[in-house]
Amino acid sequence: MKMLKKPINRTPSQKHGALGIGGIKWLSFPYIIWMIGFIIIPLLVIIYYGLTTKDSHLTLENIALTFNQINLKALRLALELSLISTAICLILAYPLAMILRKSKMKSNSFIVMIIILPMWMNFLLRTIAWQNILERTGIINTILRFLNLPTLNIINTPAAIVLGMVYNFLPFMVLPIYNVLIKIDKDVVAAARDLGANSVQTFMKIILPLSLPGVISGITMVFVPSLTTFVISSILGGSKIVLIGNVIEQQFRIGNWHGGSGLSLVLMLFILISMAILSKYDKEGGGGGLW
Amino acid sequence: MVKKFIKKFYVGLILIFLYAPIFILIGLSFNKSKSRAKWGGFTLHWYKELFQNQSIMNALYTTLIIALLSALIATLIGTAASLAISNMKKTPRAILVAITNIPMLNADIVTGISLMLLFVAMRFTLGFSSVLISHITFNIPYVILSVMPKIKQLNPHTYEAALDLGASPIYAFFKVILPDIFPGVLTGFFLAFTMSLDDFVITHFTKGPQINTLSTKIYTEVRKGIKPEIYALSTLMFIAVLLLLILINRRNAEKK
Repeated sequence: MKMLKKPINRTPSQKHGALGIGGIKWLSFPYIIWMIGFIIIPLLVIIYYGLTTKDSHLTLENIALTFNQINLKALRLALELSLISTAICLILAYPLAMILRKSKMKSNSFIVMIIILPMWMNFLLRTIAWQNILERTGIINTILRFLNLPTLNIINTPAAIVLGMVYNFLPFMVLPIYNVLIKIDKDVVAAARDLGANSVQTFMKIILPLSLPGVISGITMVFVPSLTTFVISSILGGSKIVLIGNVIEQQFRIGNWHGGSGLSLVLMLFILISMAILSKYDKEGGGGGLW
Repeated sequence: MVKKFIKKFYVGLILIFLYAPIFILIGLSFNKSKSRAKWGGFTLHWYKELFQNQSIMNALYTTLIIALLSALIATLIGTAASLAISNMKKTPRAILVAITNIPMLNADIVTGISLMLLFVAMRFTLGFSSVLISHITFNIPYVILSVMPKIKQLNPHTYEAALDLGASPIYAFFKVILPDIFPGVLTGFFLAFTMSLDDFVITHFTKGPQINTLSTKIYTEVRKGIKPEIYALSTLMFIAVLLLLILINRRNAEKK
């Protein structure tokens, strides 16, 4: 962008923006209409449903559903599990991205491809496959039994849900971090080393701060879907473990749209809060995209 | 030496973690036993059955049509919007970019529910078109995300030069701008196609009882046991994509 802006600012005859093409504003009209119709208005509709009763009286009852003991427990568990999975994803992904950055692989697209490729198998099926691995008679336990080791009982526990979250969302942590890391100028790192910084100092003072935008987008991209999932918990958590996503889905299944919308609003509030916190650390304004 | 080994070992472990379920699903597609938990011997039976199974074929057809149409329409709307947005002044551009980010940052479940509520409030019957509209909605941001960087890299002077040399704006667009941003448009299209293909949550809320995509069909079968034909189908799809990617990669390598 910087490259483009300069020459344009220098030509006073230019009336238009970056591209210098006049009169193409109308090209954005379909998009603007679409976004108002299918993003802004639906959000207003969900707010309306969340704050009203069936006979359209204003109420806070739906929001108060959050404080129902079962729902509160589900919300707390969802927060807990999604924070744990986000942390695990970060711990797993950062070293991986560092290794991949230094790898002699010629094309970045190959690395990206290998990490994205599993996503081409339906995500429900991949999660179901974890049942096969974790079950009492599953692959892990068969191996353990063969080795005469005590078997593990993971399926239908919160641990299985965390595993499912980490498995499904790990690529969304790896890719943004990797994409930021490969853009770090090698000369900057070399300069730090020349000026006497050891490898730990170089990492703490140069690489880590520069990779922060990637880490931030990674955290958002793992935390939000983990917090709101209802599929992973219903496949790997059995019927006893309920997350806030399951509660909302159930409200809609039994036809309580107002209650479900109220709970969705609470969920959105949590997403907004987490983003506000994260955006404080992301002063650069993004830069850590997935692709 | 040891450090190198540890690094390779670590990457290997992560790859096993990412690919283990894939191999299990491929294995299950050759499993004679109908049960997921038991290995009953090798068979190709499910691959033959697959093409006889009308409900799976219907779901596949719906999934592919929705993915294709939603990716195409999203690419058209998104590319046009990217051109216009990058031509705007700072404030309107910031507002539009912020709106673009909403569906990407918001939870799928909220997006799905809010769209469903809108359709119901508008007395719009849930079905093929409601799913299509929803998929276009969450796909447009991916297109914009892929096209915008390419537009930023454009050299505006080539377009001006084309105009100075007598090209009409439309001719100049197709001859000068489009070829330069085309890789981004293509990435956006494929990204949108993939996202649509893999979506479950938003489809689940907006589809109504009449139609099923592969995802929603699988979800209804989770409790009673997945039909082995589905494993066969997803194995075929996975291998098709794998071959396609290898082909593209090889062609790119040759070009370099």
